Amino acid sequence: MATKRVVIDPITRIEGHLRVEVVLDENNVVKDAYSSATLWRGIEVILKGRDPRDAGFMTQRICGVCTYSHYKAGISAVENALGIEPPLNAKLTRTLLDFALFFHDHIVHFYQLHALDWVDIISALSADPKKASEEAFQYVPTGYNPIATGEDELREVQRRVKKFAEKGDLGPFKNGYYGHPTMKFTPEQNLIALSHYLKTLEMQRIAAQMMAIFGGKNPHPQSLTVGGVTCVMDLQDPARLAEYLTKFKELADYTNRAYYADIVMAASAYKGEPSVTTKNNLGNYLTYKTMQTGPDSWLFDATGYIKNFDLGHYYPLDESKIEEDVTHSWYKDTGFLHPYNGKTIPNYTGYVDGTSINDKGEEVPAKVVNPQGKYSWIKSPRYNKEPMEVGPLACMVVNYAKGNKQVRQVVDSFLAQTGLPPEALFTVLGRTAGRMLQTKVIADYGIVAFNNLVENLKKDQTTVAPYKIDPNKEYKGRFIGDVPRGMLSHWCRIKNGKIENWQAVVPSTWNAGPADGKGKKGPYEANLIGMKIADPSKPLEVIRSIHSYDPCIACAVHVMDVKGKKLGEFRVDPLYGGI
Amino acid sequence: MALNIESIKERIAELRKLEGVGSSSIPAILKSEGFTRRDFLKWAGAMTILLGLPSSFTPLVAEAAEVADRVPVVWLHLAECTGCSESLLRTDAPTIDNLIFNYINLQYHDTIMAAAGWQAETNYEEALQKFKNRFILCVEGGVPTKNNGQFLTIGPHAETGLEKLKRTAAEAAAVISVGTCSSFGGIQAAKPNPTEAKGVGEVLGRTVVNIPGCPPSAKNIVGTIVYYILFGALPPLDNFNRPKWAYGLRIHDLCERRGHFDAGEFVEEFGDQGAQNGFCLYKVGCKGPYTFNNCSRERFNQHTSWPVQAGHGCIGCSEPDFWDTMAPYEEPLAKHQFSSAMADSSADKVGITILTLAGVAVAAHGLISAIKNPKE
Repeated sequence: MATKRVVIDPITRIEGHLRVEVVLDENNVVKDAYSSATLWRGIEVILKGRDPRDAGFMTQRICGVCTYSHYKAGISAVENALGIEPPLNAKLTRTLLDFALFFHDHIVHFYQLHALDWVDIISALSADPKKASEEAFQYVPTGYNPIATGEDELREVQRRVKKFAEKGDLGPFKNGYYGHPTMKFTPEQNLIALSHYLKTLEMQRIAAQMMAIFGGKNPHPQSLTVGGVTCVMDLQDPARLAEYLTKFKELADYTNRAYYADIVMAASAYKGEPSVTTKNNLGNYLTYKTMQTGPDSWLFDATGYIKNFDLGHYYPLDESKIEEDVTHSWYKDTGFLHPYNGKTIPNYTGYVDGTSINDKGEEVPAKVVNPQGKYSWIKSPRYNKEPMEVGPLACMVVNYAKGNKQVRQVVDSFLAQTGLPPEALFTVLGRTAGRMLQTKVIADYGIVAFNNLVENLKKDQTTVAPYKIDPNKEYKGRFIGDVPRGMLSHWCRIKNGKIENWQAVVPSTWNAGPADGKGKKGPYEANLIGMKIADPSKPLEVIRSIHSYDPCIACAVHVMDVKGKKLGEFRVDPLYGGI
Repeated sequence: MALNIESIKERIAELRKLEGVGSSSIPAILKSEGFTRRDFLKWAGAMTILLGLPSSFTPLVAEAAEVADRVPVVWLHLAECTGCSESLLRTDAPTIDNLIFNYINLQYHDTIMAAAGWQAETNYEEALQKFKNRFILCVEGGVPTKNNGQFLTIGPHAETGLEKLKRTAAEAAAVISVGTCSSFGGIQAAKPNPTEAKGVGEVLGRTVVNIPGCPPSAKNIVGTIVYYILFGALPPLDNFNRPKWAYGLRIHDLCERRGHFDAGEFVEEFGDQGAQNGFCLYKVGCKGPYTFNNCSRERFNQHTSWPVQAGHGCIGCSEPDFWDTMAPYEEPLAKHQFSSAMADSSADKVGITILTLAGVAVAAHGLISAIKNPKE
């Protein structure tokens, strides 16, 4: 057979443990692709029988990157179950924490995790700093000047990195994809982006501080409680509010002067590179409203989806159509089930012996996925039996389709500046741009949440809603909302005052899940098919495509309810057995 | 600990003879990074104090930092959430921490490294070979051990995390467990521990330095590594193998709300008048009295805040098995026989006893509030 396989494990610069395999034909075109999560932690199992007030602290530990998302989701799911309506101050404070999270998560993703797929730091060393400095003015939005791209600063960046490179040991930058044929930036463009890589290390600390003001710390803030927020002293302190506002403005400014500008620059440099500009194969995008900005307003207010790349039709979400399938996941087969009825019976079958092209271009033995069998700890969520992409791009295009004015304004002006048609959003480059556009909407319009909070604090000091948990009552509730990687949902049941069951359907599950029982592939796999790889020993195109989703794999693996071990295999109770 | 300046000087002299990552002189590097020698010594002074050393050690800390790149670091991710790596990324104050982070010669760290897949594997094996018996292994995450560790595989040969840890640790000069998961098993090891996750020390059967916390502060991570370089040995540890310089005091000892505890002024429930007044959080579950860490002194994110300042009690995240022993996190641990009392001197037992007596009354109160909400 003329096909060959390339195993990429570990996919680095992500959260968690992920393997991706591609099958290439004789022209190095991807014929098939498999996404496999290689870690299972079982946090939902551990939640069973616990105090519902503790759930948020435990779900938070699902992920330390989107460190606030699962905390908020865990707390909110319990509130939903108990019928608690947190006070407006608490809701808006939670939005302020979200802003800090999104700023942090998105800039760190682009510069620290994703940039090395686009930016050749070695090439930056041969750039002309003066030329680069002038060029930087081309990419910023109207009314802004670039940041950290003055000739003096660029010279300094070049000098620092040159010294580092001359050591002969690049440490964490060793063995990167320098000089790869799909690296399209000029040396000057590489230098601009490299300067921002370093600047972002500073900016992300500010974003983390921004979260810590009302969150207590970052990572893993600790100021939410079932019913509201605990940071009442910080909220009543004008100095603290000013601190937050200042940092918000710094991050908003950076978003426009660096992040936005660099994406515009990438759109221009990479427009001829097919691996990032070819239209995706899967055209379904799903989102849920997020970031409450007032008593009845959300920054991103769409709760629904679009189909087949059609920006002209917005469909509202029907929660009952969310299901998960485990045909190719390391769980016993149960068919499609709604999270409230889900069953999870782990059944690890491992990998099989095969071969892979290695980093020297040789075909060598490797453990590989058996596509007929099970091959991932991630399940396959489906909406109305269809795979859906979630994430910042989904949030942008669905809000666009719904007619969200602020999203439309930001997206349209980006398309106008880059000269790209709306279809260009449905690509690897578009996905990476979508994340930036979401950040820009927050930067340009998010402050209304802060202003509304300040106004409300003048007349209302309430931060926690009272509640009680009746041990004789059964409760059921969920949180659904978009977090940095897309639509997240946590589903819980409370009985005898304890957690009876818990399930998380997380963004990376939607995107990274294996094929379902009907053979339909999820976004990671589907969108790789047809991509041409320049050099199978350096599959940067695949890595770049996967990174464009911002994988968070520890989030993506979950299971419900364990009951002992039998002959090297887990037996797991059905989630909501008999219901 | 034996504070022998001469032996430390010898140690640094030995390190100087080893091949470093770079050939540039430290003053030149500092300058190119935008730091003056004075900044550097200020950092060293701050680090010396943080490590609990006499100030006469400041020049030695500075020297140790200068030769830090002779001790490469391999960072291994197991069953984790990447929160500890994220915490390390926040390092800033003292500003030069970031420089030191670069200078610890990070050979492998899968969250930030450029290479992936086979390229990453090559880097890993080369680092192990080139720096055999010289590198520090930092581990983030618990170790799933059930069914031979099949719940985590890494690399194209699907090696289990358990195997990878064992063979790597066998060639490391020292092993540092970064975070509560690698120290004690962490969240995945909470009951019923479905993957039989364990801490690194338990799996390896050897002494490793534990830097627990969920996540630990960057200072505690960086400080411990500097200590190893300085002394060429593990720092003095408590019963749970935590460096005493960072985990020697209870959160409670230096808590900003301690005065309210002593005065008997408590937050009775979140959002009440006591909460607005900044009263003690013990009755809403603060585990500060049972938790050994320097949060109340150092805070987080360049001293921006810490949970108690943000009005929430400590959840005890640097203590072994805290997910089980400290739960529920928002209720006081009345009558709790706390294990960390053994981790420190007997003097603490007095404090714990007093607290336990107070706790009985608190528990009775807690029971009443659980049934009837005073606001209704």
